[in-house]
Amino acid sequence: MSVIKLSLPLTKEAMKDLNVGDMVRLDGDMLVFRDAGHKRLYQSILDGKQAFDFVGETIYFMGPCPARNGEVLGSAGPTTSCRMDKYTPYMLDHGLAAQIGKGKRDDASIEAFKRNGCVYFAAIGGAGAIYSKCIQKAEVLYFNDLGTEAVRRITVKDFPVVVAIDSKGNSIY
Amino acid sequence: MYKIDTQVIAKKIKQIIDKISCEVEPSCALALKNAYEIEQNTTAKFALKVMNDNIEIAIAEHRPVCQDTGMAVIFLEIGKEVILTGKLLQDAIDDAVEEAYVTLRKSVLDPVTRINTKTNTPSVVHTSFVEGRDVKVQVMLKGFGSENMSKVYLLNPAQGLEEAKRLIVETAKVAGSNPCPPVILGVGLGGTLEKAALMSKHALFRKIGSANPIHRLDELEKELLGKINELGIGAQGFGGKTSALGVFIESYPTHISSLPVAINVLCHCSRSGEFVIEGAKEGSYVGD
Repeated sequence: MSVIKLSLPLTKEAMKDLNVGDMVRLDGDMLVFRDAGHKRLYQSILDGKQAFDFVGETIYFMGPCPARNGEVLGSAGPTTSCRMDKYTPYMLDHGLAAQIGKGKRDDASIEAFKRNGCVYFAAIGGAGAIYSKCIQKAEVLYFNDLGTEAVRRITVKDFPVVVAIDSKGNSIY
Repeated sequence: MYKIDTQVIAKKIKQIIDKISCEVEPSCALALKNAYEIEQNTTAKFALKVMNDNIEIAIAEHRPVCQDTGMAVIFLEIGKEVILTGKLLQDAIDDAVEEAYVTLRKSVLDPVTRINTKTNTPSVVHTSFVEGRDVKVQVMLKGFGSENMSKVYLLNPAQGLEEAKRLIVETAKVAGSNPCPPVILGVGLGGTLEKAALMSKHALFRKIGSANPIHRLDELEKELLGKINELGIGAQGFGGKTSALGVFIESYPTHISSLPVAINVLCHCSRSGEFVIEGAKEGSYVGD
């Protein structure tokens, strides 16, 4: 199995070369948040007071377990992405680079990945312990009151994903 | 009659949650190893390798195998010669769940306000009464990536078993990549709406590879498993041979007007376990 190594943040150039089914290991920084974080960010945009910027970022849909045994963060596998479909076209159209989650996406999201030359990566659902070990740094940036659903920045190394939707709009599902 | 303090049950529930949050149920872990061996789809094989490595790391390092440590679902079969003493059963169990979840993810919140209870309680407790002087306890940590893909149908008799079979396969197909396949399906056939749903959950305690003692249901399970694996969903929805590890059916008589069918979807990280509290050993005899 050949595995592609990529560093975050991702450029449009780098994403252009990725194809559905490519196995990739990611290094670098990403934002982490899921349902409640998206809902609140989106509401802040609707209210004209965007809570934080996401241009050029890669967002990982994940809510971790608490850290234990000297971990940076506890178990940290992906959550189901389709629940974030509602927000995805807007975010890709406004500069988001890539998303990481698990499972299929709706047509509007696939179209938005294609339109913007962006990529959706599938992390391996259920593999929480492995992903925890890939995390070298983690901090809560926003919405601390949301607990596991707060917005975090994490630094990862050798983070295993598969290209599930490529910049041409092909989907693995 | 035998008195058993609910604290005795609660203490063991805490211990088993500590264990099963980090250990995929062994028959399920074995089935995933076999799935890896027979897989020929490169991407699915990569996923199965990561999944199997994850299961080993989680056990070896005592880390939660999945970050969705679920809602705690507990079935108790209480012997009719048992008197439960001490705290109310639900309260004692919730104390144990709260303690066990200090190092696990707190995912439980109020459905209206969406405010997290911060303790992963309340748990979902089901009780039934059986012969004897023991208490059998089954504990499952149920993740909701898979729970969200579950369905209940109330079919009419003209639609019959054929439609039920079609909908069971359809549920796996529609769920596709979302519930972290290969999945396990628990099916409740018959009863009422809530009885079907309850059976579909309870069926998920069956071991992968175990036969249904009712021959007709066993045949049905094998037929459905075959059809679901023909869908080609594969590990993580990447395609390949193994889309489901098991289909387990419980049935109950139903009304002349209906055929209830509940399908409860479980991910490949099956986290469940059981124990028995023996009244004669851990309880105290208080006469008849």
